[in-house]
Amino acid sequence: MLVRDLCKSFDGQVVLDGISLSVAAGELLSIIGPSGCGKSTLLRCLNFLELPDRGEVRMVGHALRRDGGRWRRADEASAHALRAQVGMVFQAFNLFPHRTVLDNVLLAPRVVKRAERGLARQEAMRLLDKVGLAAVAGRHPGTLSGGQQQRAAIARALAMAPRVMLYDEPTSALDPELAEEVLQVMRQLDAEGMTQLVVTHEMRFARAASDRIVFMDAGRIVEEAAPDQLFTAPTDPRTRRFLRQFL
Amino acid sequence: MIRLPLLAGLAALMLLLAGPARAEPLRWASDAQSGAPYVFHDPADQSRLTGFETDIMAALGPRIGMTPVFVQNDWDGLIPGLQRGLYDVVIDGIEITPEHQAAIDFSEPYYRTSERIAVRRDAVGLDSIPALRGHVVGTLKDTLSQRLLEQAGGIRLRSYDDEINAYSDLANGRLDAVMLDAPIALYYAVPDPRLKLVGGPIGALSYGIAIAKGRDALKARIDSGLDAMRRDGTLRRILQRWAMWTPEMATFTGDHSTEVLPPAAWQHWLQATRPVPGLRERMARYAGFLPLIGRAALMTLAVSACAMVLAVAWGLLLALARRYGSWPLRVSATAYIEIVRGTPLLIQILFIFYGLPSLGVRLDPFLAGVVALGLNYAAYEAENYRAGLQSVPHGQMEAALALNMTQGQAVRHVLVPQAFRFVVPVMTNDFISLLKDSSLVSVITLTELTQAYVRLSTTYYDYLGTGLLVGGAYLLLGLPFVRLARVAERRLAAGQVRAARR
Repeated sequence: MLVRDLCKSFDGQVVLDGISLSVAAGELLSIIGPSGCGKSTLLRCLNFLELPDRGEVRMVGHALRRDGGRWRRADEASAHALRAQVGMVFQAFNLFPHRTVLDNVLLAPRVVKRAERGLARQEAMRLLDKVGLAAVAGRHPGTLSGGQQQRAAIARALAMAPRVMLYDEPTSALDPELAEEVLQVMRQLDAEGMTQLVVTHEMRFARAASDRIVFMDAGRIVEEAAPDQLFTAPTDPRTRRFLRQFL
Repeated sequence: MIRLPLLAGLAALMLLLAGPARAEPLRWASDAQSGAPYVFHDPADQSRLTGFETDIMAALGPRIGMTPVFVQNDWDGLIPGLQRGLYDVVIDGIEITPEHQAAIDFSEPYYRTSERIAVRRDAVGLDSIPALRGHVVGTLKDTLSQRLLEQAGGIRLRSYDDEINAYSDLANGRLDAVMLDAPIALYYAVPDPRLKLVGGPIGALSYGIAIAKGRDALKARIDSGLDAMRRDGTLRRILQRWAMWTPEMATFTGDHSTEVLPPAAWQHWLQATRPVPGLRERMARYAGFLPLIGRAALMTLAVSACAMVLAVAWGLLLALARRYGSWPLRVSATAYIEIVRGTPLLIQILFIFYGLPSLGVRLDPFLAGVVALGLNYAAYEAENYRAGLQSVPHGQMEAALALNMTQGQAVRHVLVPQAFRFVVPVMTNDFISLLKDSSLVSVITLTELTQAYVRLSTTYYDYLGTGLLVGGAYLLLGLPFVRLARVAERRLAAGQVRAARR
């Protein structure tokens, strides 16, 4: 996955100021930085929940390039093709409260891919089993713990068979022990070779599990390095100042 | 295989039923709620249509080779309905005046009469128009009596829609006198022990059968039929049964026969409407109302349910257009909602039933009622659904889009089902108010609960008992839906004990 010179501003306020980034297949990349640095916006631009003003997103044979013009039908088609490669997990889970956990996982394959019911169901159960939720497949999300809900959300994203998973502060709404359940699933996916981008405040996880860490501030990438290097010998003073809070 | 013989059999049956040389129908309209002695439902048997005009039509039909078919319509809709071609003629004590003749044609008169003054039994004087000056006098709107009282000047005039209300206000002391057509006085003032008629007949007016302009052949046929009825004594015999044969009519028809028939129909009326003394008899009378109220309740329910289905479907489309449509769609949906919410439902009903035919759209009364109520309520439903859609957290749409659903798929599978549960309680509310608003379709000839109430209460002067009965029927209709909604709410809520968001 390749991102080149991504820019985005809201009402004249620059949020992303020329972000370029490449992510290798199978990599687990953590994005850290102070609140308001644009890390969530970056993630949301990668699957076009926000439309970047300019810049390019490129992924396994699909690309979408923007240079400030209007959003067109062709852009919509490219975005659709790119999204098919990308799964997303939200801080607030955003599970569909009116459907059971199983139906949450089933819905998109059935609606978007028109998957055959039996096969889709089989696949959904496999994914729920993988995240440890096979036993609660028939329950509604409202009756689950936060950790269970977030794991269900991961299973839901995986059901669309993405190449890349995006996580927007997946554990910020969770108690530490519940967060651990979720991080465990992400480690497991990493071991299976999934490409993952994680916006997180979970420094211990970032350091232990990431292949690489990106530090962002004020809409720019300040520093990117392997975890040990970034945590022990950050080169930029801003990175140092930020990391000091977590020590 | 089986279908062909079946169809053939049906066709043969229909031919048989149609019979050889069946007479052409004469569709005649009247408002059976407007009271005795014109066209009304027999107080002793609500399913039987009676009245001296009913008798005249029954006698006239065969005489001119036509089968009379009664069509009920609300008084105010009688002439518009005639012009619309809903039926062939109208007979309902309609006075032949130049104003009316500008809009419709009339047959030769079938009855001539005058106005009569009624006062309370203890009143003195007040027996002529000049004597009424300075007093409060009731009459019916748009009648000869009203014109005469207005011309006299100095009279405080109260115009009523309904003669029963006028006479009961007289008995209660709200009015000093009531002046109305003699037949009305005979049926509503004379039997009332608290009232008396004073003075002589005032003025002169003629009732004619109203026929749409341009139907000269029909008019000629009806006139020849009426003429024959005048000459052979048929008209006199009908009027004698109703105690309405007067010297004036004898002069007009030239029928000076000395035959005298007892006023059987009038006595039947007096008998059937006399105040019921015992509770038992009263209960028996109420029991007699039940079939009519039951049928009317079914009509109310059918109109309301169909209208609600239309309102839900159309309202959802409007809400989606308003929230997700392109700008022309948004603007049209908004305009529709504002216009429909900002104008009275009654006018919309009349517009759809009487107004649209001039644009070539003719709906039968049931359909017109359903369409009018449905289109009206859709505007309110649309706003409910819009609020419902807005109350679904934004993250739901994002999650659906992130799963690569299109906006349409997200709306359909994720947003609408969730918005729906927000609006169930409001929808129940709306349905109950729709049940009640359906009373407005009584103006386009549908016999639903409110019309049944008007019919029964005006026949018996019993606004209290009938009101309780009909009110009870409305309650019974609404209750199951309240319960149903509560069950639905509970079931929908069960899935989300805790909201699936922080």
